[in-house]
Amino acid sequence: MNEIPYERVKIARDNGRPTGTDYIKNIFKNFIEFHGDRYYADDKAIVGGIARLDGIPVTVIAIEKGHTVKERNYRNFGAPHPEGYRKALRLMKQAEKFGRPIVCFIDTSGAYCGVEAEERGQGHAIARNILEMTTLCVPVISILIGEGGSGGALALAVADRVWMLENAVYSVISPEGCASILWKDAKKAREAAASLKLMAEDAKSLGVIERILSEKEIGKKEFYDRIGKLIKEELDELSRDTELVGKRYDRFRSIGMDVIR
Amino acid sequence: MALMNFLKPKNKLEEGGRCSVPIMQDEGEPERKCPNCHREIPLSRLLADNMVCGCGYHFRMRAGQRIKLIADEGSFVEMYKDVRAGNPLGFPGYDEKMAAVRAASSQTEAVICGTVRIGGCDCCIFVMDAYFMMGSMGSAVGEKLTRLFEYAAWKHLAVVGFTVSGGARMQEGLLSLMQMARVSAAVKRHSDAGLLYITVLTDPTTGGVTASFAMDGDIILAEPGAIVGFAGARVIEQTTKKALPAGFQKAEFVLEHGFVDAIAARNKQKKLLTELLKMHEGV
Repeated sequence: MNEIPYERVKIARDNGRPTGTDYIKNIFKNFIEFHGDRYYADDKAIVGGIARLDGIPVTVIAIEKGHTVKERNYRNFGAPHPEGYRKALRLMKQAEKFGRPIVCFIDTSGAYCGVEAEERGQGHAIARNILEMTTLCVPVISILIGEGGSGGALALAVADRVWMLENAVYSVISPEGCASILWKDAKKAREAAASLKLMAEDAKSLGVIERILSEKEIGKKEFYDRIGKLIKEELDELSRDTELVGKRYDRFRSIGMDVIR
Repeated sequence: MALMNFLKPKNKLEEGGRCSVPIMQDEGEPERKCPNCHREIPLSRLLADNMVCGCGYHFRMRAGQRIKLIADEGSFVEMYKDVRAGNPLGFPGYDEKMAAVRAASSQTEAVICGTVRIGGCDCCIFVMDAYFMMGSMGSAVGEKLTRLFEYAAWKHLAVVGFTVSGGARMQEGLLSLMQMARVSAAVKRHSDAGLLYITVLTDPTTGGVTASFAMDGDIILAEPGAIVGFAGARVIEQTTKKALPAGFQKAEFVLEHGFVDAIAARNKQKKLLTELLKMHEGV
């Protein structure tokens, strides 16, 4: 059995990896955080606001897991509630109004599954984000930096460009969840990980992402500078595109078309 | 005021609506036990009553039977029947499972799409089927739905959709996840063209389907007692180690929390859908 996929899952979950706010701090300048979804609360698992990238104002949204136990508890382990997704959507619509591009950093094992999350419409919140993101008329780049857990990740990844760090994973279900449903045994997560094709290379070959970002010197200045430069270049190109929304539609429309018979 | 009556939520189940009507049956006939009133009901009787028990409990229903119930006679024309997706990830056991499910079903996938007339109104319809891989959404289901919404937008037709799903089909991995975005994009185009989309959530509507097109309807109806949610109740219980509130994720609970417009009993759905479609005619 191929052990690499599950090793990747473990790397992606490592709490020593840079988290969402590390990227915001080190890539952007003058970050001003905006709180709250205006309906219910401020979700600590999603951090968002405006900042400058090479002088240009951008809206930045990140799912934050935290590093230490204390931080992880505060951030609900990066598992957003509906209000987190609604805050993200509010900031994206704000970005659209003021013509700012949007950059999302995604790192979640999935949207929070709990009674309150269901009561407040977790499914509805995610559905709404996906629906609205399909027609945002400003450029959107989403980068999976760690775990890309199912709908909870996709709710910030209906973008013009989706990139993954080389050790990030992106999956419809966690390997443990898949193993326990299919084989009634969560311990078969290794096998599930191998079957789910959740590595960056897999996502690229399935046409789900455009680019794999090297993790050379991860966490160092050079690393953030390199990623910042790539984002800037891509945003410059996307900003010139007058058919952004149509192309985003085609981008998703064409994913997996080769498997349809 | 007749309309207001059926828009008002009714929950016979929680009123403990056990039924005193005696059931006649032949000896040896197959029967189903009602989980609500615990009576054994002959299958023929259930089928004749559109899988609704006398006590009001709604059994799951096959997609084909549902279309017969909702469509004006002879008006349904199936579309995209032959769309299939194979086994894109080479997922172990998936081919065999699909072959077995197809052999046991007249369908090739977990959703049936087409055009239909409901109470004289032309529209597009999709009906998912719980008996086909638990209505899970893979590439073919996503493709059929995407095409249907594109077609409806082109032909300027409303879409009525009956959802039932365990969520994204994990055997197709990321490609299943992407269907949430693909279908949603087509729903948005249809919506931006000013067209009506009504969803009827049936038992169970969960996971990636809830988190995409099931919740995207302009009007969202739900069948009595249907489970509607994002995460599975068992997973939530295991994760939070807390007891779940009574009626958790039942349609009535979801209505109470503001995420569906109305509960629609099966035997009233056609009338309600007709009324809703007529009110949006010429839009």
